[in-house]
Amino acid sequence: MSAIISVNNLQKSYGDAAALRGISFEVEVSELTAIIGPSGCGKSTLLRCLNGLELFDSGRVRIGEITLDRNDGFKQRDLNLQLRRLREEVGMVFQSFNLFPHLTVLENTALAPVVVKKLDRKLAEKKAVELLAKVGLSDRLDYYPSQLSGGQQQRAAIARALAMEPKVMLYDEPTSALDPSLVGEVLGIMRRLDDEGMTQVVVTHEMNFARDVADKVLVLAEGELIERDSPDVIFSSPRDERTRAFLQRYL
Amino acid sequence: MVKRKIGEFFRRGRPVCLPQLSIPEDRGRHTGLPLRCAVVFILALFSLTLSAGAQDLRWGGDAEGGAPYLLPNPRNPREIVGFEIDLMNAIGRQLNRRSVFVQNQWDGLVPGLQRGNYDLAVNGIEITEDRKQQVNFSIPYYACGEQLSVRIAENSINSLADLKGKVVGTLKASLAQRILERAGGMEIRSYENQNNAYDDLALGRLQAVLMDWPIAVYYSQPNPKLKFTGPSIERMEYGIAVRKEDTALLEQVNEALLALIKSGELWAIYKQWRIWNNETDKLFDQLVSESKPGQVYQQFTQNITKQPTWRERLKLYLPPLLLVGAPMTLLISVLAMAVAIAFGLMVALIYLYAPQPLAWLARAYVELFRGTPLLIQLFLIFYGLPNLGIFFGLPNLGIKLSPVAAAVIGLGLNYAAYEAENYRAGIQAIPRGQMEAALSLGMTRAQSLRRVIVPQAMRLVIPPVTNDFIALFKDSSIVSVITMVELTKVYGQLASTYYDYIGAGILAAAIYFLMGLPFVRLARWAEKRLATDQRVVVTAKRRWFGVGAKPAEG
Repeated sequence: MSAIISVNNLQKSYGDAAALRGISFEVEVSELTAIIGPSGCGKSTLLRCLNGLELFDSGRVRIGEITLDRNDGFKQRDLNLQLRRLREEVGMVFQSFNLFPHLTVLENTALAPVVVKKLDRKLAEKKAVELLAKVGLSDRLDYYPSQLSGGQQQRAAIARALAMEPKVMLYDEPTSALDPSLVGEVLGIMRRLDDEGMTQVVVTHEMNFARDVADKVLVLAEGELIERDSPDVIFSSPRDERTRAFLQRYL
Repeated sequence: MVKRKIGEFFRRGRPVCLPQLSIPEDRGRHTGLPLRCAVVFILALFSLTLSAGAQDLRWGGDAEGGAPYLLPNPRNPREIVGFEIDLMNAIGRQLNRRSVFVQNQWDGLVPGLQRGNYDLAVNGIEITEDRKQQVNFSIPYYACGEQLSVRIAENSINSLADLKGKVVGTLKASLAQRILERAGGMEIRSYENQNNAYDDLALGRLQAVLMDWPIAVYYSQPNPKLKFTGPSIERMEYGIAVRKEDTALLEQVNEALLALIKSGELWAIYKQWRIWNNETDKLFDQLVSESKPGQVYQQFTQNITKQPTWRERLKLYLPPLLLVGAPMTLLISVLAMAVAIAFGLMVALIYLYAPQPLAWLARAYVELFRGTPLLIQLFLIFYGLPNLGIFFGLPNLGIKLSPVAAAVIGLGLNYAAYEAENYRAGIQAIPRGQMEAALSLGMTRAQSLRRVIVPQAMRLVIPPVTNDFIALFKDSSIVSVITMVELTKVYGQLASTYYDYIGAGILAAAIYFLMGLPFVRLARWAEKRLATDQRVVVTAKRRWFGVGAKPAEG
């Protein structure tokens, strides 16, 4: 087994408030890692640090062959280049979908491959059609985001991220903005990607999903990684008092 | 002849405050002096603004016209001097009345006379059949021809016939302009101001300038780069305009004029101003030899002013308005807006995303162009840039723009400042998540802006941008000051030719309005079509007819 994600002593603070206090962990290829924890514990910040939407103050993140090492002290231009290379390896799905409202579902999905990878438009669209079929949106290709339900939008967002052929998919509370009845269709897609061997990191409040599907569960509290184990261990016999208190409210 | 000024700058019919307040003799003889002084002062003000004392000989002219007619004294700008001031002072002495000058825009001298702002209009007003229908004229007090000026090295132009295919400047709505139009075959540029015309001649924008001889003597002859060429062209006579009903005053003025001619006093005035010439010499000989001066000029008394009917107006005004004015206005507006949109977007992006010194420059640009008058910007671009070298002491520096280019660039740069603010607002209104999503897909910041942020911002700002386009469309009228003949300029020409400010004004305004409408509709359509939020509504409507999308499934 080889670690595809390796996070080393990650620290980040907003002014005086520390958001992440030295977090280290690794993710193996094909694993689905769920990050759970109470609100404000730094889950989203951690995830956003993994693709450089937030810059951490010190520490090191390696995804595949790309390393962001703040201990080196990057120059700004090198940093931007490094961030772009990192983001090409990593797909990101947001809580609020963030689809581009002026483009159709098909255009949303085909845009980045054309712009970033300079893929031929025809080819990019052909691939987009396949991906959208995979997430069950074959009949919505020419729809605009505002014409879709939340679940459909999130599925389109997943297809859009997959179009860049990432090695890793990150999800920032992908179902939190959804009607409970629409949560299943999104989780279903993630389950299928897991079956296909995609490495995924999910910040979530869906404890059942974490328990049933995740290979590893990370528990964060107050910017610290307090527990990292298989779901069986976390959900049946958590070691940390804070984990127990948190899970009690959910289960 | 004498140039007309840009209307907004000079209020009409405002008496110039020459030190001529009439103060009663008995002032200060009684107690309560302050109160009396106040009353006297108020009465004096009153008489100054409403009606002059019976003794005053009030006459209208435009001191912006320049030498040698009427001009602010260079050494004391509050005092108006000119050969016509001397002339009217002399007539006043003849009539035992005090001559009082009333400032009035040249274009409006005859309307001002008819409204009773003053009793005579004197400012190089040429005696023409057209004008004789509106007012009576005294016997001529001066005669001259039109003078051609060219650059010193120019030897091929000696007469009107040599002007074929050349670019020739003159003053707007002058006899010279009519002469040039009659001759035809050349490009005529008409100016508000003689200085600008001769400057452009010296700069090479023009190949010749034709103007009244006295103006040429004062504005062309002193310029070492220019020279007179050919004999004086045609001949005109200046007369003092009097209201039709004021026949007694007309008689008095004629007698006074004749007396001044006979005594040689008028000759002395013209000599002093260096404008004595053969034409006036002949005119005076003829006037003196006629026993009954002014007889000929009293026969026009009966012609009542007749305004054109609407049918005549449409026939007279529409062709020049629609064929000359409207296309130029449209061309300038559309090109200027294109400049404004492209440049404004650039400025907004620099302001929002460029590093500090550049962002600061963008901000300064917006504030500078928003905070200074468009008119001054146009003057600087059109008349200022060619003289850049002179200003900085580097004779070879200088940018000469054609009137159209200057108009488009001037309007475009000015409106770019406003568009930049529109775009800034639009871009800032796009949720942060859009940029994050684009970045997380591996796009650069520039790619994200081009593909994701700016297209959305553009749609968002359609209403304010449309607003600005309509405003620019109307603001384009201001470019007439840099010799562009567009809709408003054509209107001004028509109005002053036919003394029909209302009729021609209504038509010109209607054309502006109708030309603006399609753009408003286009913007509405685009807004509806492109608005991402409204697609749901559009689709729902389409669904009634069995086409289009099904509602989103739950």
